[in-house]
Amino acid sequence: MSDLVWLIPVFPLIGFLINGLIGRRFSEKAIGWIGTASVGASFAVALLIFLELIGMAPASRSVQKVVYTWMLSGDMNVPIGFLVDPLSIVMMMVVSGVGCIIHAYSIGYMHGEYGFRRYFSYLNLFVFNMLLLVSANNFLLMFVGWEGVGLCSYLLIGYYYEKQSASDAGKKAFVVNRVGDFGFLLGMFLIFMTFGTFNYTDVFGAAPDKLTQGSLMATLITLLLFVGATGKSAQIPLFTWLPDAMEGPTPVSALIHAATMVTAGVYMVARCSVLFALAPISLTVVAVIGGATAFFAATIGITQFDIKRVLAYSTISQLGYMFMACGVGAFASGIFHLMTHAFFKALLFMAAGSVMHAMSGELDMRKMGDLRKKLPYTHWTYLFGTLAIAGIFPFAGFFSKDEILYYSFTRNLGFWIVGAVAAVMTSFYMFRSVFMTFYGKSRVDHETAHHLHESPPIMTVPLMILAILSLVGGLVGIPIFEGANRFGDFIAPVFKPAKDIIEHGAHHGGHHSLTAELTLMGVSLAIAIVGLLFARRMYISDPAAPDRFIRKFPGLYSLVYHKYWIDELYDKLFVNSIVEFSRFLWKAFDDAVIDGIVNGAATVVRAWGSALRWIQTGLVKDYALSFLVGVLAVIGYLVLR
Amino acid sequence: MVTLQHYLFLSAALFTLGVMGVMFRRNLIVILMSLELMLNAVNLTFIALARYMESVEGQIIVLFVMVVAAAEVAVGLAIAVTIFRQKGSIDVDEVDLMRW
Amino acid sequence: MNMESVFFYIIGAITLASAFCVVFLHRPIHNVLFMILTMIGLAGLFILLQAEFIAMVQLIVYAGAVMVLFLFVIMLLNLDDLRLPQDSRIVRRWVGVAGALLLLLLVAPLLGAFVPRLRSGTLMLDKAREVSNTEVVARELFTTYLLPFEIASVLLLSAIIGAVVLVRKRSGKTASG
Repeated sequence: MSDLVWLIPVFPLIGFLINGLIGRRFSEKAIGWIGTASVGASFAVALLIFLELIGMAPASRSVQKVVYTWMLSGDMNVPIGFLVDPLSIVMMMVVSGVGCIIHAYSIGYMHGEYGFRRYFSYLNLFVFNMLLLVSANNFLLMFVGWEGVGLCSYLLIGYYYEKQSASDAGKKAFVVNRVGDFGFLLGMFLIFMTFGTFNYTDVFGAAPDKLTQGSLMATLITLLLFVGATGKSAQIPLFTWLPDAMEGPTPVSALIHAATMVTAGVYMVARCSVLFALAPISLTVVAVIGGATAFFAATIGITQFDIKRVLAYSTISQLGYMFMACGVGAFASGIFHLMTHAFFKALLFMAAGSVMHAMSGELDMRKMGDLRKKLPYTHWTYLFGTLAIAGIFPFAGFFSKDEILYYSFTRNLGFWIVGAVAAVMTSFYMFRSVFMTFYGKSRVDHETAHHLHESPPIMTVPLMILAILSLVGGLVGIPIFEGANRFGDFIAPVFKPAKDIIEHGAHHGGHHSLTAELTLMGVSLAIAIVGLLFARRMYISDPAAPDRFIRKFPGLYSLVYHKYWIDELYDKLFVNSIVEFSRFLWKAFDDAVIDGIVNGAATVVRAWGSALRWIQTGLVKDYALSFLVGVLAVIGYLVLR
Repeated sequence: MVTLQHYLFLSAALFTLGVMGVMFRRNLIVILMSLELMLNAVNLTFIALARYMESVEGQIIVLFVMVVAAAEVAVGLAIAVTIFRQKGSIDVDEVDLMRW
Repeated sequence: MNMESVFFYIIGAITLASAFCVVFLHRPIHNVLFMILTMIGLAGLFILLQAEFIAMVQLIVYAGAVMVLFLFVIMLLNLDDLRLPQDSRIVRRWVGVAGALLLLLLVAPLLGAFVPRLRSGTLMLDKAREVSNTEVVARELFTTYLLPFEIASVLLLSAIIGAVVLVRKRSGKTASG
């Protein structure tokens, strides 16, 4: 069965080709279900491979399948090959599973849209690239998928391309991503220089020998790779594109900017765990940036009123958690949180979409309120998602986030504090969004209120599926009890080499204190509830409290509300100078020099032409005279020689 | 004593006269005649050389030159007649439609 | 001063003078008549050079056919009655220079020691005086040069066709614009 792993990316590719090339005459239903079914088929195959993998002995759960030799040039051999191991199969199932659900949801959400076919084609293309990214067995092929998802992100963010803000957002996403990709490419070049190959197993197998721990090369490679990750996964400093990306349709935000594409960076860091283990400095950098981003984004999330923006900053924040986990060596926890996050974040986005759908396109929470009676399914599923992300027992987010906080604690108290504070803020702003949207007094205006209706089943059923997953999804990762952490046990062998290196380097000793763990679990839960209560006070019991708070700290509030003026800072530092330079190149070089040369050549030819045309008198006699002169010259030469 | 040089000199003079005729005259018929003059001068050269180099090939060439000259005159005069029919004159200075 | 020289100078002078008249006289009829005289003079020179056959061919073909053709055309176009165009002054000066130069260049090497196996007085067929020039020419023409001979006839055929086509009265096939 793992022989057929190549089918997994190929199914959505076929969907893209069918919908894209010949789907013009298909009905909406046909297009939508072709798209959904192709991703569903991928999920089915992934599931079968997963079951097969479980049946194998843990040590041998790493199968490669090469389909084709793509590049063969001297020493460089880059195949089109796939790697099936616990990490990649988890990613594949998450991507295809959640992707399939979102496709189904989109059939309802995008109903009646003009570019329906274009949407589904791009969405399938995206899933193809993402699956390629996670199943590749070498860096170069992964990079193909990496770039591909970036492209599809651009295409889908700019889906409403007639809107200036949407097309601007698409460009911004692509350009910022590019900056990260530059770092990624440099990292890949260094890898090839050091190892002579791009293949994962070869590189990671040879790494402990080729790179001494803490060496400059190891640090350089991993830092460059991480730069790529910050771009794709919206960490400091390359996160500015993600909030703007909310211009795209909501299911796009759910799939690309919550569950899958943005997690590519985390996947990449986890995949390269061995390399990062060999560069402790880089690991620290990853953890620090992850933690800082988690904290930073959470603060902004507190102040936003656009419900999708809140979720966007929340995504940035949660990604920070995943990186922090990797940074402290808990790669498995990072991936675990990636999986649970996919469930509840996709759910939250799609529920928000459902709200938007009911509110005739309104996204400002200040204009919502008391929607829970009119939108029961949407309300309950959104609530489930919020409980999960806040980390309330027994929802999925509790287990994954708690694991991260635990490992952060064992590594460095500072990380734990940052993580904990961010957790409070997460709980706070998420419940804030719940209360502002679904509870309290209705601030909906009359026009919109007339059209308030629950979404059709094609949209609510996916919500419910994800809600259930948000509830039980964490139960595969229960700590403490022997054998209960199925997830961790399954995926741990992938990270064993890295863990060995880390343990060998630093003597942390594996004191897995039971009391510490239980205490921290309690603290996590407490933190989450504190956030909830605080939100309730601010937005239900005492609705005037937020304004009072704002009046007390106007400067601080303005700073956070305006996202710390980062966008403006980047504009000033980088964007403006580049735009000016481009303008200069256009006017002074392209117009003057290039066009000048081209036009100049034509002008010269024309000048010569008009000068020489006088020779053509049309009189044979004059031509005969030229003959004569020529003959004289030849004879003269021959005679005088 | 008549040497080869005498004949060659005569031939050169005839040729030059022919060239000047082609250059000078505006009457198409006369130009064609001057062309014939040039060809005859060349014939003279060939015959003279044939005699002084004791080879008959020179005379053979002259035969062919005459053939070509005759053919050329035939067609050339046909063209001249056609031009005359079109324009009413055979002044070559008036045949300048191919000018710039 | 032998007979050959005398004949050469007389016939040569006549030829040269006639050629001069061909080029520089104004009336086309005069040009044609002097041209005929030039042809005859050349025929004489050919006989002096012991190419009797060629001389006869020259008279028959050139003087007899080609020049008569010229005469016909001139009379057909009634050119004598037309106003005769004058020479263009500017061109005349330059052309005169060019012509003189050409003559000089052609003659210069001859005044040197350009002697291609010259045996003055020794004529080509001195030894084989029993064979006439005609037979010698014919022998070469119909053996070694047979192919060019045949091609020449094809050439004449195409010239005939071309000339006939060009002067057809009907429209559609004009040779020049």
